[in-house]
Amino acid sequence: MADFIFWMIWVLIVATAGLVAFGNNLIHSVFALMGTFLGVAGIYIFLNADFLAVTQIVVYVGGILVLLVFGIMLTNKISTAQISQSSVQKGLGIIIVLAILVIILSAVLSHDWTGSIQPMNFTDTVAGIGKLLFTDYLILFEIASVLLLGALVGAATLARKEL
Amino acid sequence: MDHLSSYLVLSAILFSLGLYTVVTRRNAVAILMGVELILNAANINFVAFSKFVTHNLDGHLISVFIIMLAAAEAAVALAIVLNLYNDRGHINVDEANSLKQ
Repeated sequence: MADFIFWMIWVLIVATAGLVAFGNNLIHSVFALMGTFLGVAGIYIFLNADFLAVTQIVVYVGGILVLLVFGIMLTNKISTAQISQSSVQKGLGIIIVLAILVIILSAVLSHDWTGSIQPMNFTDTVAGIGKLLFTDYLILFEIASVLLLGALVGAATLARKEL
Repeated sequence: MDHLSSYLVLSAILFSLGLYTVVTRRNAVAILMGVELILNAANINFVAFSKFVTHNLDGHLISVFIIMLAAAEAAVALAIVLNLYNDRGHINVDEANSLKQ
């Protein structure tokens, strides 16, 4: 049963990401992106990353996706639900991307991962993440807070009318 | 679901689709969506290696920071996109060849 759910999520992620990459309607693409984000949250649950799964839903689905919809709605003259988008240089793009995909897949599949690797089942990651965040990663945490402040002040400044 | 390679193959496909979106789309918001796909693919790799190889939470920490960076990046990029739209009435990146006109 768990196997079946895992492969359903796997297919969901690939299908919705494909719609993001190949779809013609921008609104459909952004809703497909929501499916991708939720699927990745499901993958995190299979990897015992409970904190990351919740963070993924809160930040990506609740924050970034809303920002993207805002961006689409504010930059199109909306008369119908159809907001079309186009692509350029599809042939060249697909050749280069397929070449990169083949390189990555050959590297992944040529290595015998099952050899000495045992999966570790984390039971509760929140306490561990919190402990690491305020010991080993404290400087990174402080830099990240300054970066977030700078980015949000910068975004507010850039979006002002009287720039 | 108990094999590292199933996660790595998923993340490779997700990365490729994101890269294809970034290199072919004309709409700036669609390119931003491709960047998010690429960042999600990287996150899956970090968490999968954390479970299967290193057996500690360092990969989870890096993923948290990547999600944080993605949020900051989306906010700044959308501010720039809105300015681009106010400036020239469209957000097609292949026609935007100067910062101000």
